[in-house]
Amino acid sequence: MKVRVLVRPKSGILDPQGEAVRRALPALGFEGVDSVHIGRLIEMEVESADEVEGMCRRLLANPTVEEYEWEVLS
Amino acid sequence: MRIGVTNFPGSNCDRDALYAIELAGAEPVELWHADASLKGVDAVVVPGGFSYGDYLRPGAIARFSKVMGSLEEFAKSGGPILGICNGFQILTEAHLLPGALLRNTSMRFVCTRTPVRFESVDTPWTALYEPGGELTLPVAHNEGNYFAGEKTISSLEDEGRVVLRYLDNPNGSLNDIAGICSEGRNVVGLMPHPERFSEEALGSDKGLKVFESVLQFAGVRV
Repeated sequence: MKVRVLVRPKSGILDPQGEAVRRALPALGFEGVDSVHIGRLIEMEVESADEVEGMCRRLLANPTVEEYEWEVLS
Repeated sequence: MRIGVTNFPGSNCDRDALYAIELAGAEPVELWHADASLKGVDAVVVPGGFSYGDYLRPGAIARFSKVMGSLEEFAKSGGPILGICNGFQILTEAHLLPGALLRNTSMRFVCTRTPVRFESVDTPWTALYEPGGELTLPVAHNEGNYFAGEKTISSLEDEGRVVLRYLDNPNGSLNDIAGICSEGRNVVGLMPHPERFSEEALGSDKGLKVFESVLQFAGVRV
């Protein structure tokens, strides 16, 4: 089955990558962007979804600074 | 005294660390990432570099290598461990040190020499420095921005576990933190590179005392 994991910085954690992109957008003429946050999308083919939670907690995300969610796509 | 230096694919300060250990008067021992054996060393340095290409997050993959399993046991038994730069990142990923190292706020790789102050020298790796002593050390990193939750930061401060502090914060670290130690004080993480200041020919030998400190800790006269 196909699983999609979304990892992103916890709210309140400084996101310099998002901030750099937020500042770059007006420079290209895209106005009205108040905030940008950048995360990571991970797609996996797995035999079962049983271990996905553990994978997220132990490797795919760093729970100290990141939050994650995952879903089975198919 | 024998001091091990771990070597992961992408480590690039391992030779420098081995060299500094030899200069300090100890026997340097290479520790291969895929080998669980610590070869009976008395202390371990986890060197800088870009282990596993910094894929996913710096230190995230190295953390699960065979040598790290043994290193966790070594840490629990009180063995002195020093993580430098990427080594510091690996030790936080392995939960041997609290917190995490985030992208520099400038979004730029910082490669410079920066002034720092020893806040607490009560660790095996810093005992020969003066508390409050200031010096300049090389830094070279993209993710050196130390972050931890409020509770962790205040316990680090209250327990005197902030070892090194920047005087001119180069990366956005909370409380200007450049180095910390574990609750047991035997595991130390530093973002600056003392091994790159291990002899005058490199610009300064002020970093060598890090390695001499651990010799003194082990009861070897330096």
